[in-house]
Amino acid sequence: MGTEAAATRALQPALMRTRGLGKRYLQRTPFSQQSFAIAALVNVDFEIAPGCLTALVGESGSGKSTLASCLAMMEKPDSGEIWFEGNEISHWSKRKLAPLRPKIQLVFQDSAGALDPRFSAAQIIEEPLEIQRRESRQALRARARELMEEVGLSPDWANRSPLQLSGGQRQRLAIARAIALKPSLLILDESLSGLDLSTQAQILNLLLDLKAARSLTVLLISHDLSLVGQVADFVAVMHQGRIVESGSTRQVLASAQHPQTGKLLASVRVLEAAFQTARAGGRG
Amino acid sequence: MSTPNSMPSTCASALLRVRGLTVSYDARDHQPAPALRQVDLEIAPGEIVGILGESGSGKSTLALSILGLLPESAQVEGSIFLQGENLSSLAESRWAAVRGARIAMIFQEPGLALSPVMRAGDQIGEVIRAHRSQGSRQRKQEVQSALKDAGIADVERIYRAYPHQLSGGELHRVAIAQALVCRPALVIADEPTRSLDVTMQSEIQNALLDIHRKYGSALLFITHNPALLAGFADRVLVMYAGRIVEAGPVAQMYRRPLHPYTRGLLQLVPEPVMHSGHISGFARRKRLAAIPGSLTRFDPLGLGCAFEPRCSARTTNCQIESPEEIAPEPDRRVSCFNYGN
Repeated sequence: MGTEAAATRALQPALMRTRGLGKRYLQRTPFSQQSFAIAALVNVDFEIAPGCLTALVGESGSGKSTLASCLAMMEKPDSGEIWFEGNEISHWSKRKLAPLRPKIQLVFQDSAGALDPRFSAAQIIEEPLEIQRRESRQALRARARELMEEVGLSPDWANRSPLQLSGGQRQRLAIARAIALKPSLLILDESLSGLDLSTQAQILNLLLDLKAARSLTVLLISHDLSLVGQVADFVAVMHQGRIVESGSTRQVLASAQHPQTGKLLASVRVLEAAFQTARAGGRG
Repeated sequence: MSTPNSMPSTCASALLRVRGLTVSYDARDHQPAPALRQVDLEIAPGEIVGILGESGSGKSTLALSILGLLPESAQVEGSIFLQGENLSSLAESRWAAVRGARIAMIFQEPGLALSPVMRAGDQIGEVIRAHRSQGSRQRKQEVQSALKDAGIADVERIYRAYPHQLSGGELHRVAIAQALVCRPALVIADEPTRSLDVTMQSEIQNALLDIHRKYGSALLFITHNPALLAGFADRVLVMYAGRIVEAGPVAQMYRRPLHPYTRGLLQLVPEPVMHSGHISGFARRKRLAAIPGSLTRFDPLGLGCAFEPRCSARTTNCQIESPEEIAPEPDRRVSCFNYGN
């Protein structure tokens, strides 16, 4: 998959690209008037190939979520450029950005916090369609039920509150809402982190199905290299606000150049090696 | 709970012994659904026992039962003995002497479990104050020593810091120090590394292992990830839908899992491709191995095996009755009709 994707990428321009992206936050020291700046993104050059699954990995605090927010146009970068479908959009006004927003959808880590508990599952999916006036009111419910089925949720649960769903089911609902507007880029910001391994695998399989069926481009943000290493076409490693290594998954994992990539691989190695030894009959 | 107040003499060597524990929560519109069903469990002094299972399998309810922290609406049957004392009949006023001193808990989110308005050192010292009368200087020394044992290098800074001034890893180490400062006989760690990134996970687990070795406390480690228990736990109990469906030593269970659910869980761990002792990638997959269906789809009041709708090895019997627990080998237990049940 990685080789095919790499070949495709060489022929097609990136769906999204950043050049020299920078973002700083001013943070106040608690219990004092002093404040200090945190460099969340430093000169970030990053590309997302169309139709591919790109993974952004790194430790907590490395800047992954800030980059996701900038790509989803929820945050304005302080410096640098963001190119989407051939346009430099970092300085566009809110009004000019509005028609682009449905094309880039973000799924958050905390599905319980991201979904309004006063809405039913169907209403949650209907809301973006209603805002964008994509469907007639009569067709909205039917469309919501179709989308629920597409992401593996029973349409019979259309009237359930998100609080009546498990973590995995809520994340499926969040994905259904995100794909309702037929985006070209779906960003998942640590959306699999709080889930158990079986649910993680089910959601990843759903993403792979959606990617194939809808020619969807996916950016998967995760701290778990072993999870994304199985399915991602491309990987970028972030450390202290910088992209320190990127390339095809096979290339990055087989010949890691940066110590941070080595550190992420080494921590996987400790866990997986003990597990594989136990599976093979060694001391568990 | 209708149980004797002293443990039978045959169980005297067990640190913790749980027998027939069944916990049900009130449900508004239907019959109470059991979160735990007839759970039997034993932990020896100093032993590390892993509890493995998906979300909703009853792992956290078991932890809260042992600590006597279930909500009042929970209906509880069965018995829990700690060092021969029946905790099931313990008055609430006497629990204060048990929690923190004899059984301690490390919660999933230390950022939420720690008070935001107390310095880390003072919070750890509170545990000592609750159980022993001791001068403040000696208490501070003990706290500093526990922080050091939990892998903190810069003890003085952490001692004086508020939780918001600490990183995720430091918060976890403070939670470990707080749980172990009174050297409890049993520490329950409920998915303590779930919110951490992978590099921090192994660091925190190593810190937990180091302090366990030094203090000799038994450890009940709850997780959904089988890889975290390899090379760490002595025994594993696999939970599904409120029952322990398989139990045994880690090495034997991982080498040859018996229950189809255990086999499914073990298949979920990614398979690294090794080259000269280093990971050079992961087995690439068009689809990841996953256990089909979900835990939420089982009927808690149904007669058959709860795993039957998701099981690849189901028989006609599995829909009709629930398998009894059997011991196909010494030290191993399984509840499945495929093993002569």
